[in-house]
Amino acid sequence: MVVQTPNGFSLDDSGQRIVVDPVTRIEGHMRCEVNVDDEGIIRNAVSTGTMWRGLEVILKGRDPRDAWAFTERICGVCTGTHALTSVRAVEDALGITIPDNANSIRNIMQLNLQIHDHVVHFYHLHALDWVNPVNALRADPKATSELQQAVSPSHPLSSPGYFRDVQNRLKQFVESGQLGLFKNGYWDNPAYLLPPEADLMATTHYLEALDLQKEIVKVHTIFGGKNPHPNWLVGGVPCPINVHSTGAVGAINMERLNLVSSIIEKCIEFNKNVYLPDVVAIGGFYKNWLYGGGLSSQACLAYGDIPEHPNDFSPDQLHLPRGAIIGGDLSTVHDVDPRDPEQIQEYVDHSWYEYGEAGKGLHPWDGVTEAKFELGPNLKGTRTNIEQIDEGAKYSWIKAPRWKGHAMEVGPLARYVVGYAKGHEEISDQVNGLLRTMDLPVEALFSTLGRTAARALESEYCGRLQKYFFDKLVTNIKNGDESTANVAKWDPSTWPKEAKGVGMTEAPRGALGHWIRIKDGRIENYQCVVPTTWNGSPRDSKGNIGAFEASLMNTKMERPEEPVEILRTLHSFDPCLACSTHVMSEDGDELTTVKVR
Amino acid sequence: MASNVLVMGIGNVLWADEGFGVRCVEHLAQNWALPAEITLLDGGTQGLYLLPFLEQADTLIVFDAVDYGLAPGTLKIVEGDAVPRFMGAKKMSLHQTGFQDVIATAQLMGYCPPSLLLIGCQPEELEDYGGGLRLIVAAQIEPAVTVALDRLADMGITVVPGRTQSNLLADPSIMQDAYETGRPTEEEACRIGDDRFFQAVD
Repeated sequence: MVVQTPNGFSLDDSGQRIVVDPVTRIEGHMRCEVNVDDEGIIRNAVSTGTMWRGLEVILKGRDPRDAWAFTERICGVCTGTHALTSVRAVEDALGITIPDNANSIRNIMQLNLQIHDHVVHFYHLHALDWVNPVNALRADPKATSELQQAVSPSHPLSSPGYFRDVQNRLKQFVESGQLGLFKNGYWDNPAYLLPPEADLMATTHYLEALDLQKEIVKVHTIFGGKNPHPNWLVGGVPCPINVHSTGAVGAINMERLNLVSSIIEKCIEFNKNVYLPDVVAIGGFYKNWLYGGGLSSQACLAYGDIPEHPNDFSPDQLHLPRGAIIGGDLSTVHDVDPRDPEQIQEYVDHSWYEYGEAGKGLHPWDGVTEAKFELGPNLKGTRTNIEQIDEGAKYSWIKAPRWKGHAMEVGPLARYVVGYAKGHEEISDQVNGLLRTMDLPVEALFSTLGRTAARALESEYCGRLQKYFFDKLVTNIKNGDESTANVAKWDPSTWPKEAKGVGMTEAPRGALGHWIRIKDGRIENYQCVVPTTWNGSPRDSKGNIGAFEASLMNTKMERPEEPVEILRTLHSFDPCLACSTHVMSEDGDELTTVKVR
Repeated sequence: MASNVLVMGIGNVLWADEGFGVRCVEHLAQNWALPAEITLLDGGTQGLYLLPFLEQADTLIVFDAVDYGLAPGTLKIVEGDAVPRFMGAKKMSLHQTGFQDVIATAQLMGYCPPSLLLIGCQPEELEDYGGGLRLIVAAQIEPAVTVALDRLADMGITVVPGRTQSNLLADPSIMQDAYETGRPTEEEACRIGDDRFFQAVD
């Protein structure tokens, strides 16, 4: 049967059905089903979040000042971003302002997490969709060295001996039978296009990135008191500053600030010498693989982040842009108001929740998280062993958020499309420069590769912003301002009887919002609309498909039983369906099941 | 005594018995005075963020909920090369959940601690978001901690009753007592879900 969706896709579920469950190398747990036609082209796509995440309901009745500590545990990687979003929501509700130093420190931490996440995502979760580490064993180290010097002349690690050492290390690792990190790949699939030397170069950078990421997180240890799970504080940041030797023991002093400064420089160097050149070099081999654009060419949403001044979230004061684009019209960027009950609404017609009324959307302040697990009549299999989901009915634990009724893409590419459309100077310069270097038209942005490139550009931009806010922080401290927190409204007796607030951030993987209602000093309602809720959303009552689903449409698969192309595109969103358990089991490794029906 | 020991609990405290490992290190901190060469860490589900701690350690003792297919509440101790094999089956992602991958990565980078000890407990219930430890699993915290203390004693490290200050533990609001006693009621907070992950709805 062929169905036209209101957002412009033609869904045909008549062909062979392919089920990928779970989709690996992501945060959390998801399942994906597609139908392919006789030529292996995807004509229908269904994305299912297979895990319940009822964070909203477990926060009821808790102290709002503690919410950050719970939200930090949702996920193994967006910890800091959730915590920041949470304290912003509480501050918004209670009218708490934060000092300038706290704004700079929060920005540095948020940018730092952004860079960490982008680097780890590209090298450790996504690169293996493009790079074949097994093929790297066949590379000539001398030719790899020449390639390295050609793509990034200023990177110091480029000698033939260096690549030979890495290759030997890799060989030993593979020969010891612990392909470990590199197992479960489809290494002989023709979708892999790199020559062995490029594979060796990129795999080497996989290792360099591992070393770097250990350094990057020290910024969180310094400002958050510890890492993992840094501390946060409603009203500011929990780290006192003591550069004049008058404050608390263990406070931020010049020595620690110098360490932060050196880490910021390392991030900048890595982005410039390794990350961006790799994206250009690898992307160059895949220039003809411009699938995966999905909603990015028509509907993008960003809340914006990194405020120049504390407590000012107006769009022209944010370094990461805010705005919405609909209908593919880049000439108009709409402003986004998270408080407007008509703008952001969540639908559950195809989600395992219930509002008691079909076709209804709820603004997060009025959000309801009531589970209703039921499967459609066209399901194949059983309740506990689903062979094929029925997307005509409820089919996901993810709700379907919409902006003024539109399904939207969020994330680095959405931010960059919004920024580009707005004429944001740094973003436009970066985008135009990259397109020129790669000799690609602007339409190439709207693709899997564009999503991956936007993330790299953003990492570079965030590196510069991090330095900017570090300098701002140091200048402010030198001018005698050591304040990091405002505790005037710490005591609940100073709060109104009822209050509501919203906190917004740009998490590495997209727009993140927490909406809170406080009553009698306790949390009455708490709703998180996370980036992957936007991107991974199922269909809504009108039949609009979500961003993951849209991105898979019309992609050609080389071998339907080896879903490299599906993984490539889904990974490009850096999905985070986190909430997963990680219980270990004796029987080795759980392999992704791919079923062709 | 040159040995740096990392004693770490891993798991997600929000998923019932999944919090076992984290609660073990909490218990250690509250009841025992550990000497300075021991680092006590709540590793959560932090994956690659844990690498720097592994790099600094010569010995790793890790507590975790492990699905051995045994009766709930059974402790199982695994050592050395066998540890990675016992970790990672229900791996759902690289940096959040695959501690096996963290160890593999540490080995690839040449900084995996040479001595590994996994103190695992078979969980009873995982699919209860917002829930705490089941009694049968909570009862294994002390025996599990005793296994760790015995190992430390074998290494010549004496541990006496008392408390350990560590800033690497959970925020007080999600320590076991506050977390479990502050839970909303079942009426307020839905506790059911997908059949494959939760108990059946009907």
